[in-house]
Amino acid sequence: MPDLSTTYLGLQLKNPLVPSSSPLTRRLDALRKMEDAGAAAVVLYSLFEEQAILESHLMDLYLSQGTESFAESLTYLPEAQDYRTGPEEYLEHLFKAKQALGIPVIASLNGYSPGGWVRYAKEMEQAGADALELNTYFLATDPNMTGRAVEDMYIQLLTDIKATVKIPVSVKLSPFFSSLPNMALRLAKAGARGLVLFNRFYQPDIDIEMLDVVPHLVLSNSDDLRLPLRWIAVLYGKLEADLALTSGVHTTADVVKGLLAGATVTMLASELLQNGVGRIAEILAELDRWLVEHEYESVAQLEGSMSLQSVANPAAYERANYMRVLSSYAPAA
Amino acid sequence: MSETAREMLTLDGNEAVARVAYKLSEVIAIYPITPSTPMGEWADQWMAEQQPNLWGVVPSVVEMQSEGGAAGAVHGALQTGSLCTTFTASQGLMLMLPNMHKIAGELTATVFHIAARSLAAQGLSIFGDHSDVMAARNTGWAMLASNSVQEAQDFALIAHAATLKARVPCLHFFEGYRVSHEINKIETLTDDDLRAMIDPEAVSAHRARGLNPEHPVMRGTAQNPDVYFQARETVNPYYAAMPGIVQATMDKFAALTGRRYQLYEYVGAPDAERVIVVMGSGAETVAETAQFLRQQGEKVGVLKVRLFRPFAAAQFARALPATVKTIAVLDRCKEPGSAGEPLYLDVVAALHEAWEGPMPTVIGGRYGLSSKEFTPAMAKAVFDELEKAWLDGQPARRHFTVGIKDDVSGLSLDYDPAFSIESPDTIRAMFYGLGADGTVGANKNSIKIIGEDTPNYAQGYFVYDSKKSGSMTVSHLRFGPRPIHAPYLVEAANFVACHQFSFLERFDVLKYAVPGAVFLLNSPFGPDEVWNHLPRSVQQQIIDKRLRFYVIDALKVAREAGMGGRINTTMQVCFFAISGVLPKDEAIAAIKNSIRKTYGKRGEAVVQKNFAAVDAALEHLHAVKVPAEVTSLIERRAVVAENAPEFVKKVTAPMMAGLGDELPVSALPADGTYPTGTTQWEKRNIASEIPVWDPAICIQCGKCAYVCPHGVIREKVYEPVLLDRAPESFKRAAARFKEFKDLAYTLQVAPEDCTGCGLCVEACPVKNKTQIKLKAINMAPQLPLREQERANWEFFQTLPEVDRTVIPLNSVKYSQLLQPLFEFSGACAGCGETPYLKLLSQLFGDRALVANATGCSSIYGGNLPTTPWAKNRDGRGPAWSNSLFEDNAEFGYGMRLAVDHQRATATQLLNELRDTVGAELADALLTAEQKDEAGLRAQRERVAQLKRRLAALNGKGSAAAQRLLDLADVFVRRSVWIVGGDGWAYDIGYGGLDHVLAAGRKVNVLVLDTEVYSNTGGQMSKATPRAAVAKFAAAGKPMPKKDLALLAVSYGHIYVARVAMGADDEQAVKALAEAEAYDGPSLIVAYAHCIAHGYDLKYGLSQQKLAVQSGYWPLFRYNPALKAEGKNPFQLDSKAPSVSVDKYMYNEGRFSMLVQSHPDEAQRLLEQAQADVNTRWATYERLARGE
Repeated sequence: MPDLSTTYLGLQLKNPLVPSSSPLTRRLDALRKMEDAGAAAVVLYSLFEEQAILESHLMDLYLSQGTESFAESLTYLPEAQDYRTGPEEYLEHLFKAKQALGIPVIASLNGYSPGGWVRYAKEMEQAGADALELNTYFLATDPNMTGRAVEDMYIQLLTDIKATVKIPVSVKLSPFFSSLPNMALRLAKAGARGLVLFNRFYQPDIDIEMLDVVPHLVLSNSDDLRLPLRWIAVLYGKLEADLALTSGVHTTADVVKGLLAGATVTMLASELLQNGVGRIAEILAELDRWLVEHEYESVAQLEGSMSLQSVANPAAYERANYMRVLSSYAPAA
Repeated sequence: MSETAREMLTLDGNEAVARVAYKLSEVIAIYPITPSTPMGEWADQWMAEQQPNLWGVVPSVVEMQSEGGAAGAVHGALQTGSLCTTFTASQGLMLMLPNMHKIAGELTATVFHIAARSLAAQGLSIFGDHSDVMAARNTGWAMLASNSVQEAQDFALIAHAATLKARVPCLHFFEGYRVSHEINKIETLTDDDLRAMIDPEAVSAHRARGLNPEHPVMRGTAQNPDVYFQARETVNPYYAAMPGIVQATMDKFAALTGRRYQLYEYVGAPDAERVIVVMGSGAETVAETAQFLRQQGEKVGVLKVRLFRPFAAAQFARALPATVKTIAVLDRCKEPGSAGEPLYLDVVAALHEAWEGPMPTVIGGRYGLSSKEFTPAMAKAVFDELEKAWLDGQPARRHFTVGIKDDVSGLSLDYDPAFSIESPDTIRAMFYGLGADGTVGANKNSIKIIGEDTPNYAQGYFVYDSKKSGSMTVSHLRFGPRPIHAPYLVEAANFVACHQFSFLERFDVLKYAVPGAVFLLNSPFGPDEVWNHLPRSVQQQIIDKRLRFYVIDALKVAREAGMGGRINTTMQVCFFAISGVLPKDEAIAAIKNSIRKTYGKRGEAVVQKNFAAVDAALEHLHAVKVPAEVTSLIERRAVVAENAPEFVKKVTAPMMAGLGDELPVSALPADGTYPTGTTQWEKRNIASEIPVWDPAICIQCGKCAYVCPHGVIREKVYEPVLLDRAPESFKRAAARFKEFKDLAYTLQVAPEDCTGCGLCVEACPVKNKTQIKLKAINMAPQLPLREQERANWEFFQTLPEVDRTVIPLNSVKYSQLLQPLFEFSGACAGCGETPYLKLLSQLFGDRALVANATGCSSIYGGNLPTTPWAKNRDGRGPAWSNSLFEDNAEFGYGMRLAVDHQRATATQLLNELRDTVGAELADALLTAEQKDEAGLRAQRERVAQLKRRLAALNGKGSAAAQRLLDLADVFVRRSVWIVGGDGWAYDIGYGGLDHVLAAGRKVNVLVLDTEVYSNTGGQMSKATPRAAVAKFAAAGKPMPKKDLALLAVSYGHIYVARVAMGADDEQAVKALAEAEAYDGPSLIVAYAHCIAHGYDLKYGLSQQKLAVQSGYWPLFRYNPALKAEGKNPFQLDSKAPSVSVDKYMYNEGRFSMLVQSHPDEAQRLLEQAQADVNTRWATYERLARGE
């Protein structure tokens, strides 16, 4: 039987399948099912500091609105002894997940203020997180803000957090850097033990009937694998950080591709949302079969064996790939 | 409550009492009623927090459907051997009376705590006096009066301890608002104190008397003439013992705490010749005044009555100084037609029986009804009256009033308002704030800081106006080194803060500033420019009184700190900085500590924004160099326009200006009858932004006007020629109505009446094609538009109203051409109830009788000074009345019975006078269908003709002719509407509503369903949905909402509709029209978003949509008339649920708060709520299929 184990962020994992941050991870029963299905670790949903702040302000609004204005109704809602505003709910969930699961639990954080990032990171560590995934995404809309300034901001943030916590930290990236390898290198040098490629965002859409801008999230499919696949292949071996592939992992073939390109772990979300947590067990079984059929002894053998530095034709990952696709496109007559 | 250590805390009377009552009870049955509601809320909250009582068990706190229900539950629990209490006031106490007789008759130990309040008579009042408790004086209960917050706490314990010993139940009362809501620094009691006072053997005996099938007895027998009388006399020894037991309990309490009380406590000169006997907080005023007068050498004193029942004549007489010659007994109630008010009569009787020596002259006076101020000046006037009585040898008058000017009966005493006994070492401060700006909350925190962080004593009392939105609050604070016994408002302030610049134009905020006082103004103008923006009278007072004048742009500070319009924190810092009550750094540290305590659990972000406001405050605070001369040309605005009716000018306007106390008795109607349509004269200008119409893109759908809660958006179609006289800025467009193709159309906003809620913009379906963020109606700052739009509004009003006979009324678009006869109410900005009432008034207002249950709709609908129900140009409009809370269906039913009977009588008379008035006219009058506006107009013309013919008889006709003339109006079809909230319809009034609907008469019931008791601050009703947080359901309501509509459907003969105008506006207007047209009873249950739901009401309409889309609020109409056509009467008007119920629920604080406070319970209840929705939808679908 092939050895499926791997190491990610210094954590010993029994296989390379890790459910990534998704609404499924909000439920303890779903987390248990993931573990039962064979997940090697789990990344919890993200704590959004901005949302926590908003909830706090909303709570204040609910409890203050209309109060002390009219003699008969000085307040309108009862005050509870305590509310879980801010990170409490998340930290409690993280704590419970740690209690319930034997596999590593990776907390995910999307900060809003420098103080918030650091404070919440510390609190996640204290709540028992085995590692921390920083869900960074800053959408620069100010034309005066340079790319370098955005990059420096990420580096500073990571540096601050690394100075605060002892658990390993990974950074989940967007693909939108002029030089992704350089950014990846800087992050690795600043202490990122892993890079997660790539973040998947809500993208706005326009409702042409209602003339509204509406948020839109499309679940991934296997075609979406290509973008992270390429960049993992490019980055593999060039920096001191593990690479995790997320976006587009749906099948055993996708997992194998990710490993071949250089990923240490492959992460699943859309597949589990669409077809259930049981898919982990199916993919693992198929992975096992594939390794046997293809006479691999371990996933370690696969890892990076088709990265940019390991393939005969590295240009396939570079510009030529683009050229070939373009030249192979023939419009219908 | 601490186990062992007494603390000095600043809290209000309700909390002080509830702390004790909760600790000493096992079963607490409650029902909300102002001003006692907070006691129940505290009890419920402590139960939710699992706080134990004195015996280590969490009491059962249950909300009942009425005060009658609460009393019944308490009675049952008492009979089963539990320790019980309840809290109530006013009409609530009236509903408890039957049970109270029983409880006393069965010699059952319990205490009811009463925040004593006026009873509704010529008008309802929520404020304090003794009317309610005096109506309970024959129930056989002991009655114990406490005069202050400290006493309210202490007497709560004394009452519980004494009743257990004596077996006589005890009514412990204290004045609503003056004591229930006053915040004062008191020494609290500990668990050990309570334990020391409560006799465990008495508790065991109480328990042993409980019903128990192990040793059964029976109570509640029916007794007959042979024994009832004797049995009634058996209790005499218990009543005879009660005063002694209460005094012994007071003595034990004194030994424990050092606070000594007497049943009848005399304070004053030992050789006093003039004594005032008084009960309640007024006794403190009299005592302080007597103390002051004694220092001037006057022989005066006060006898405080603590125990009113049983009235212990001998002890009372002994408490008076033997030297007394004249006595004034003050009653805080009125008993019309009696020989005297209750305390007066008891005093006279007691003296007659127990006084030894020359009988003093006794006179009786009324004071302080409905929290009318009772000041030292008034107390002095009473002492002066006694002087006159004594000097003359007999009383000038046996009965008097004080505190008002009675120019009808001549009973009132004159007093010198300038007389003041304020202690020089007490600092007195007044703060004028806007309801929404947080002023009161900040002042409550300030009192706590002063009371608990300094050795000072502190007192706070808060006055609110009659409006729910844009209201003014006035905070009265006192603090100083000695305990503060001043149960009256500040009238000589060392510190005056005006938190809203616009108040300077409307109110005399410096009236009570003493010379040399500080004046702090929140001003958009800086220290160098503010002077020229002040009204002339303000400048004059600043100069004349040599005020120290400071300004701060608190709104700017607050906004920059992320606080929006809440300037509370900023102004609080300024108060501490200027007043110097604490060193600056200590004050700021204390404020921050208080902020963390108050807001900490709402999240760090909230704490930090408050801190930011604190930190920024002082650098924006500036002293103003006051010029020597008055320079302003700005005069205070006239309260009402010149063309206002005489009554409005003479009576309403002073009330609006805050001068209602100065109105004499003769100014007021004797029977509570007031003119309608008075809100139009009160230009409140409370909106910072108002809607602005864009005629270029408007499709004239009427939706903005339809949803406007305040009736400020109006539409008219008119002949274009009328525009010749229009102001230049008056907007118009070509009418887009097929009936009015050649007419012009205008949508006009009443700029000074708008509250700025923004619902209109949300409702507008049109988007500007070049700038999507703009609609056909958009919000813009009010101030730059005010003058222009005021002129436009005035012109708009001169345009003719639409001819009601030429348009269909049952559509949104057309209905909004009709004049609303409900306008400019003081409801919350964005209220979800008022649009339905406005629509009702548009469709049927000119022939409507409205019975309005007590609640929000009766308050914004009928609270003086101005009321929104209005008249049209013909002088017709809704005739409105409020009876009570519980009886509204019956009240409206009575209106229907009267109308029907009058119609029958008029019909009979018309038949008799057929020849006199003309057969053709008589037949037409009797057979007119009046199914539409044309028919109604024709009938009105016939009635006018009938009246002319009858009047032409000129008194020479028969008596029948005169009687017919009296009743002729009834030939025009009346529309009887029974209106109220869910607290009435689902709970307290449900029995009556059910009966009236079942009875089959033609009444229309409109239930404005906010799913909580909105008016009293959001308590759970049976309309509250599962999983919602509400008061009395702090941990989420575990049970589902009652389906009132479906219950009514089950009868089969009632027209029933569930509507939500934000979800389907056309369905709502159709339902109202069909209900009114249906020849039988109708019930419309209308979804009304509410401030108690915990979100910005601007989004009320979209929440209504989600409520329907999720299946939470399915829309339907059940029209029994369809049966005759062979159709299914049940029409489901909404589609199958398309979103899960959480998508609706979690946009609202009432649901989402539970996720944050009780996450596991929230999840459990959410799942059940979804199941509720699914089940209800399945039921409705079956009905819609005719199954």
